[in-house]
Amino acid sequence: MNVLVRLFGSSVGKKLVMAATGLVLVLFVLGHMIGNLQVFLGPEALNRYAAFLQSNREVLWAVRLVLLTCVGLHVWSALKLSSENRAARPLDYDGRPAPAAATYASRTMLMSGLIVAAFILYHLLHYTVRVEAINFTGKSFLDLKEAAPGGGERHDVFKMVILGFRQPLVSLFYLVGVGLLCLHLSHGLRAMFQSLGLLTHKCGPLIARAAPVVAWILFLGYVSIPLAVLLGFGKEVLH
Amino acid sequence: MKVRLKVWRQPGPNAAGGFETYDTPELNPNMSFLEMLDVVNDELTRRGNAPIAFAHDCREGICGTCGLTVNGRPHGPGQGTATCQLYMRNFEDGATITIEPFRARPFPVLQDLIVDRAAFDRIMQKGGFVSVRTGAPQDANALPVAKPAAELAMDAAQCIGCGACVAACKNASAMLFVSAKVSHLGLLPQGQPERYRRVAAMVRAMDGEGFGNCTVTGSCEAVCPKNINLAFIARLNRDYAVALLKGE
Ligand code: HEM
Ligand code: FES
Repeated sequence: MNVLVRLFGSSVGKKLVMAATGLVLVLFVLGHMIGNLQVFLGPEALNRYAAFLQSNREVLWAVRLVLLTCVGLHVWSALKLSSENRAARPLDYDGRPAPAAATYASRTMLMSGLIVAAFILYHLLHYTVRVEAINFTGKSFLDLKEAAPGGGERHDVFKMVILGFRQPLVSLFYLVGVGLLCLHLSHGLRAMFQSLGLLTHKCGPLIARAAPVVAWILFLGYVSIPLAVLLGFGKEVLH
Repeated sequence: MKVRLKVWRQPGPNAAGGFETYDTPELNPNMSFLEMLDVVNDELTRRGNAPIAFAHDCREGICGTCGLTVNGRPHGPGQGTATCQLYMRNFEDGATITIEPFRARPFPVLQDLIVDRAAFDRIMQKGGFVSVRTGAPQDANALPVAKPAAELAMDAAQCIGCGACVAACKNASAMLFVSAKVSHLGLLPQGQPERYRRVAAMVRAMDGEGFGNCTVTGSCEAVCPKNINLAFIARLNRDYAVALLKGE
């Protein structure tokens, strides 16, 4: 009980919550990118992988609940900590000078985070719930089925992704969303090691340098998909 | 050389404050920033005006009393120096220099450029010490301390509690200060018995004073006159996590 009060009631405790949930989300984001990149192996690889993810409802929902809880706790701690931060500094210096040494990413974490939250919502409605009205293709993604090799039907994720990303505005929003996520992580990854107490005097400089590199890798990995589709990748499956 | 000063003037804690502009008399570029203020104050006093109130004591960078925000940066443009170690030669002739008090809700302005930093004292009273029976001094080296731990403890112990970390942080976080104090004692054998009780108590006191939360921007480290490393905050977080698990 005392532990929970301290964890959710103290400054350092809330930072631990934010960083631990951030870690779970980062691991997901890494895994999700590797999974998504299978699109370049062709329809069979991607659709088989997608069917595998959907195959065990219990595990699927357990993972979804953990992730949603993490997003919820992450956003809650972000809002709480940020409002405390604003209260602690009621008056800024003359001319609002940029704080010493603070990077752009580090100063805009709440903003980048909130836009990423909006992006996550859109992404879930777009490809998970598959709301027709927001995919701007005039087709329902729910109806995209193909025959599974083992008999029965399965969802044609490959076709959905090609159709979805051929809408330039949708792809643009993905670019912005993922771009802001990676801006968030270019600072967040280092902050995470700091908040979890995993950083030391020795490895600190290395982590500070590695964080933006990892963020760039994530960015390039994710945006390669909508960019490739816009450039014509996979258009043969539409005929 | 001469400069123009834009200085925050505030007659008392509850009075409204605002900027006043003063042109300095001829200055020697090798004057310290505080000596320049002394000269300006001499002139103000001679003309029957109230001198600019600012805090100072040792004037050699070891006491932590001085603390002005110069052109938006606590302790001014120097690296690893306090305001008293800043010299007029760091500025251009004819420049306009803005001088403000440290800004943070837990550091209320008392007058002009002087803020009340008693919040730091109250945090120290909650754990910035070791409880030992005093007696005859112990033999030197009777208590072995590994070299790396001694070095790190000394790095942390350099903190002079000036409050620039709080003043520089966009969140007015005191975590660099608290982490230095917690680490300094937590790294040494004398500090071990109270290590986790200390970190829990000091963080609680810090939160109670209304300081903000670290977002790892590094502003504190950049302005610290003693170059206290940001990694000490990670150490604070680690010790706090262990304290949580221990139920402290
Ligand atoms: C996939 C989504 C997200 C991931 C992977 C992620 C990851 C992270 C990580 C690793 C951190 C560092 C934790 C720390 O400060 O110690 C962080 C910090 C933060 N996140 Fe997120 N985050 C995500 C979404 C969001 C959202 C939706 C918000 C919206 C409010 C948000 C707001 C923040 C804020 C304000 C910080 C604190 C920044 C700081 O300490 O400087 N994040 N995030
Ligand atoms: S007056 Fe003592 S540190 Fe500046």
